[in-house]
Parts: sequence; C-alpha cells; structure tokens
Amino acid sequence: MNWTWFHKLGSPKWFYEISSRWLPWLVILTILLLVTGVVWGLAFAPAERFQGNSYRIIFIHVPAAFLAQATYVLMAITGGVGLIWRMKMAELVASCCAPIGASFTLLALLTGAIWGKPTWGAWWVWDARLTSMLILLFLYLGFMALQASIDNMKTAARASAVLALVGLVNIPIIKYSVDWWFTLHQTASIKLTEKPAMPAEMYYPLFICLAGFYCFFTVVLLLRLRTEILHREHKTGWVKALMSNKR
Amino acid sequence: MYFESWADFWAMGKHGLYVWSCYGIAVVVMIYNIWAPLAQQKRFKQRYLRQLRREAQQQ
Repeated sequence: MNWTWFHKLGSPKWFYEISSRWLPWLVILTILLLVTGVVWGLAFAPAERFQGNSYRIIFIHVPAAFLAQATYVLMAITGGVGLIWRMKMAELVASCCAPIGASFTLLALLTGAIWGKPTWGAWWVWDARLTSMLILLFLYLGFMALQASIDNMKTAARASAVLALVGLVNIPIIKYSVDWWFTLHQTASIKLTEKPAMPAEMYYPLFICLAGFYCFFTVVLLLRLRTEILHREHKTGWVKALMSNKR
Repeated sequence: MYFESWADFWAMGKHGLYVWSCYGIAVVVMIYNIWAPLAQQKRFKQRYLRQLRREAQQQ
C-alpha cells in the first residue's frame, strides 16, 4: 500500500497549502447545504401530527448532537494517533476539535432543553440520554482545561489524548442510552440500517442539514488548524515567506 | 410553502418562541466558531509582522 498521502498529511506546510485550495469550495458547499436544508425544514416540511411546529427544532438539534459525538470520536482517534506515532498534525487536530465539539454539545443540550419544554413539559430531566450528553460536554471541557494547564505542548497533547481515549466509553453509552434505560428521549428516528421513522418530506431536509453541519465542521476545523499551524511553525522559513508576502 | 402567510410562519403554531430561539442560538454558536479562529489568526499575524519589523530595524 502507498503511504505517501499519510506522510503528506503529517506535514503542516503541505496541509496549509492544500487547505487554502479546499476552503473556498467547502464554504460554498456549506452555505448551499445549510440554506437549502434550513429553508426546506422551516418553511416547506409539513408539521408533525403531535408536536406541531416545535419539531422543526430537529433540523438543528439532531445534526448538532451527531456532530458533537463524531467530533469526539475524531478527537480521540487523532489524539491516539498522536500518542502512538508522535504525529504533530494529529495532535493539532485533536486540540482543534475540542472547542468546536464543546460548542456543538452545548448547542445540542440547549436546543434539546428548548424542545423539551413544549414536548415533555420540562426544560431538563435527569434521564440517561441527557445526562450522558452533559458528561460529553464535561469531557470536552476537561480536555481543554488539561491542555491549558500543562505548559509543555508535548506533555499536554499526551495527557489530554489519554483523557479523550478513556472518555470514548461515553459514546456508545450516549448512543444506546435510549435503548438500555427507560428514557423520555425518543429512540433513534434515523438509522443506517433501516428506513427513517418519518416521512420523506421531513427526512430529506434533515439529511441535507446533517451534511451541511458536517461541512461546516470541516470549514471551522480547517480555520482553527491553519491558525494553529502558523502559530507552531512560526520559526520556519515557509511561514516567514508567507507572512512577508502578505504585507 | 407549508404556511398560509408570513405571520403564520413566524408564529410557528404556538411554538414560535421555542423554534426561533433554537435557530438563534445555532446562529450564535456558528458565528462564534468562525470568528474565534479568524480573530486569533489576525492577532498572530499582527504580532508576527511587528516582530519582523523589529528584527529588520535591529540589523
């Protein structure tokens, strides 16, 4: 197998240059997907039989919750890769994932609370799904606090990667919480293996919003990575050349 | 459009406040995620260029 792509990915300079070319296209794609999905979901999808129009929160809530978990998995995997192969880029990805993931976990929790009020009659209940999502937020915050508290970058990356890997156990707990325990939170409406438990006029916009959120994540991850790369590589010749040209 | 009028659309049945506050928070979270790295990058560039100028003066 040809591994050159893997080594290229490990080079901050190469990554900075290639991501400059990707970014504009990703931004356009993100805007197209999000505008289409949100307009479709808010204005054209039919109302839900029992929840009325409050269910339209789903087009934000579900993508945010998906993203919160996917970001955590990415953070743990890249943290692990950094731990094993001492790959600088992987460590950078892990540390850039944390604030983005934390913000989307918070978004999922807040939209869930606002959706819960008209649907369950309560902003918050200590049920398994909600509690495990709150733990996810604390894991993200713990990861960031740990990184900020250790001055040596290598030690910080290693310690926080271990925390991220240990916390990975929470991800299946979130996923299966609605099946394992009796919860107010409904079980999964969309699964990879089955047809969605909602009509097409509702799940098409939901899938478009999901794709839009993932594209948005890629854009903001690239933005953070590029900033971090410049910061950590500021003594190298290529950063100097790049910055001098921009004057 | 599913709704009969714009007023209907903003009202979202009786759930306007819930729906719109969710979308509002989502916009805030997204803007934060775009603004934070861009502001950091700008600060870094300013500091870096200042340093380059200082080095040029010393030589």
